[in-house]
Amino acid sequence: MDFIVANLPYLLTGISVGGQYALIAIGYTMVYGILRLINFAHGDLFMIAGFIMVYASASLPLYISLPLVIILTVVLGVLIERVAYKPLRSAPRMSVMISAIGVSYLLQNFAWYVTGGLAKIYPEIPWISDSVQIGPVSTSRITIITPILTIVLIIALVVLIKRTKIGMAMRAVSRDFETSQLMGININRVISTTFIIGSFLAAIGSILYFSRYTTVTPTIGAMPGLKAFVAAVFGGIGSIPGAVIGAFIIGICENIIKALGYTTFSDAFTFALLIVILIFKPTGLFGEKESEKV
Amino acid sequence: MAKNVLKLENVTMQFGGVVAVNDLSLEVNEGEIIALIGPNGAGKTTAFNCITGVYEPTNGRISFNGETMLENCPHGKMKKLYAGTNAGKFTKVIRKTPDVITKMGIARTFQNIRLFKTMTVLENVLVACHMFVKTGVVFSMLGLGKKEEAAMRQQAMEYIRFMGLEDVADEIAANLPYGKQRHLEIARALAARPKLLLLDEPAAGMNPQETAELMELIRRIRDEFNLTVFMIEHHMDLVMGISDRIYVIDFGKQIAEGTPVEIQNNPAVIAAYLGEEEEA
Amino acid sequence: MSKKKKNIINICLLAALFVVLFVLEQTLSGGSMLLTVLKKGAIYALIACSMNLLNGFTGLFSLGQAGFMLLGAYTYAIFTIPVEARADVYQYFDGGIIQFTLPVIVAIILAGIVAALFASLIGMPVLRLKSDYLAIATLGFAEIIRAFMMFEGLGPITNGSNLLKKFPTFSTILFPFAVAGVCIALIVMLINSSYGRAFKAIRDDEVAAEAMGVNLFKHKQTAFVISSFFAGIGGALLAMYQSTVQANAFKSAMTYEILLIVVIGGIGSITGSILASFLYIASSEWWLRFLDETAFIGSFQVPLLRSGFRMVVFSIIIMVIVLFYRQGIMGTREYSLDALLRFFKNLPAKIKSIGKKKKGEDAAASEEVQ
Repeated sequence: MDFIVANLPYLLTGISVGGQYALIAIGYTMVYGILRLINFAHGDLFMIAGFIMVYASASLPLYISLPLVIILTVVLGVLIERVAYKPLRSAPRMSVMISAIGVSYLLQNFAWYVTGGLAKIYPEIPWISDSVQIGPVSTSRITIITPILTIVLIIALVVLIKRTKIGMAMRAVSRDFETSQLMGININRVISTTFIIGSFLAAIGSILYFSRYTTVTPTIGAMPGLKAFVAAVFGGIGSIPGAVIGAFIIGICENIIKALGYTTFSDAFTFALLIVILIFKPTGLFGEKESEKV
Repeated sequence: MAKNVLKLENVTMQFGGVVAVNDLSLEVNEGEIIALIGPNGAGKTTAFNCITGVYEPTNGRISFNGETMLENCPHGKMKKLYAGTNAGKFTKVIRKTPDVITKMGIARTFQNIRLFKTMTVLENVLVACHMFVKTGVVFSMLGLGKKEEAAMRQQAMEYIRFMGLEDVADEIAANLPYGKQRHLEIARALAARPKLLLLDEPAAGMNPQETAELMELIRRIRDEFNLTVFMIEHHMDLVMGISDRIYVIDFGKQIAEGTPVEIQNNPAVIAAYLGEEEEA
Repeated sequence: MSKKKKNIINICLLAALFVVLFVLEQTLSGGSMLLTVLKKGAIYALIACSMNLLNGFTGLFSLGQAGFMLLGAYTYAIFTIPVEARADVYQYFDGGIIQFTLPVIVAIILAGIVAALFASLIGMPVLRLKSDYLAIATLGFAEIIRAFMMFEGLGPITNGSNLLKKFPTFSTILFPFAVAGVCIALIVMLINSSYGRAFKAIRDDEVAAEAMGVNLFKHKQTAFVISSFFAGIGGALLAMYQSTVQANAFKSAMTYEILLIVVIGGIGSITGSILASFLYIASSEWWLRFLDETAFIGSFQVPLLRSGFRMVVFSIIIMVIVLFYRQGIMGTREYSLDALLRFFKNLPAKIKSIGKKKKGEDAAASEEVQ
């Protein structure tokens, strides 16, 4: 109990970071569920969303720049799919993955070019950055908002997937790409929707994440991106609740490791966790087993 | 008494709740040509996949030349789900991987041709010779395996010639016409120097003349290489013309066993096949 | 042409290459861009080939290359820093605990061995994973290796997150070419051996390969270990080229860079990987440099040109290759003397036909207008 009290700030940060990872992780897990593609560019989309906010808020009021960030990020996400993944639909999986790495490379270099390689300060969003008191600890309001907002968004998403027609189509496509195509499901629409949802959540995640860390650099998306992906694998890729639980676990563990003074290993730990899970339960906590037909 | 090469005892293969092969027992004796027939979806290829170690049977034992290759009993998650019989009969879990089984002397062809598509015909056959290579990997890297390589190529060419593929030895496998691809599958399996050859629908897609030629070929293979042949086939002319004995399965269960004449007159077999037609 | 004659010509060509390199080095100044590109290109060629062995020939999508390069670079640096320089390099760790040095060649080989050793440990769990899981697991391992190298607790050996420097570098351009050349030759021999065929069989169809008696795990492991061995040597050469090393530089971005070189050259072609390495290094370090500098035509400032633009253009070129020329430069073809001769023979005709085609298109276009 003493340990928890002493490390409460880290725990709270962990939960909050976990929520941000969760928002990114959903983008990974949904795209993987449908296209069987690790969208390496997703973390960079998150970074670009950060920069859009930096530039937009410089000249626009917050109530315009916030929606603008979300809209532009979604447009970019869908554009990436159209340009870089759609032409490779029938290509081997490795080619699509390489294309994703290429996009990630392009986005990073583009961001570097635009910013001149300098870190940019993320604008302060009033109210959510204010500090509040929880028991003995004072923390910013964002720490509290993130997990709540994450859970609300995820419930909305689950409802969308379970209750709507497009959600049903998504489930069908993730089960069997070819058959659902034969059944008259408009694959391209389903994929676009997936990217819209993924990018939307990444934009929200970006706003929450950078409000806390305040600097944006061209390569900043890589690590949270990879960690979110690990969270998705950890929870069983393709499973939304799995990704969310995985993200929270990773966020919390990582911050506890920081609290113990092993900051160097906080990233390495995430990967160690990934490897352990892949060895003992390759399909993750909630993943389903796939078998190959011979 | 002929020596038995392959023996299946109460083999059951269950995927989730679906029983694909149910309590199958059979024996293949040395030098025989045995056919496994049955309606579509009867579990024939699944049985082959169990024999070659691609699948782990849920229950039962498979032995080759008296040595147990695979043995299993329902365990783990399957314990509750198991829907077959003879659950308590086997206790050990032995699982040899497909490559070990091939090394023991069982080679196979695939129903849905699985060649190494980017490689030439010769290279395809050479892959099957690879397991006999004695030169270590470091020595190969230093270029010290040239002699062995030359001998291997010669040997591979013999199998290629036997299957009548010498004209296309340097073609890329994917560019071959369908019939030649089927022949290459057999050449490749032979290069693994098996004692038991499993053919999964070797005549699929062939016309009557080609089928007749294939029949002759299978006999020659058995005689020249001293093999035992176990095959799955739908062409009844081929099956009846060549088999020493036939096993018939339906819904994963064996329904008959006997010589071609016995099978042709077996009411259960007729019902299985005709029943299908009546429904259609 | 007989095989013997071809061999002789090939050897002559190779010898000529070394003579040219030697002459270049003697005539050009040390800071020459051409020499820099050639040096770095040779090192990258080796690393790209090692990655191609895994990704292109065995079909294992591994993204751990940077980790193995890091191991190689560090092993080399740690064992070759002169004893008298150690107090200065390891200033925060009392001169470190290793107080001896190994000869350069021994250290380079050791660099490969250490990388290979780690690969065999890592391979055991991860090589059983399917394609994309393997990619992410190897990427993860590379990150873990990097974290350990930067860990202050290992400082007496690795110098923590500080630079390693003052180790011997190469004095002549012939050195990286010779080492990389020998290593690439070994990779080519392996690919052309029975083992190489088994690797390709695994890439084409795992199930069929296993059914033909190829032990999947053993062969994947072999490819993985050998690839890492050469990545380790490549890392050591890279350390020599840079004259300092720091773990922080070996991020996943480095692996991606090498992967893109392999793709540009053609997945499954050693020749392609070599060509692409030189092209890639030449464009990124030299030919496209002008894109990074503001330029004026008269008093008009050319738009867009400023620091960073080079990499943007570069990544666009890469995306175009990935999307539209998926075969890369070479596809799966390899160098052979015959092909080279044919290429030069057909070159005039090709140029002519391109000219003709253009003319034809122009004519067609003008017809359409009418």
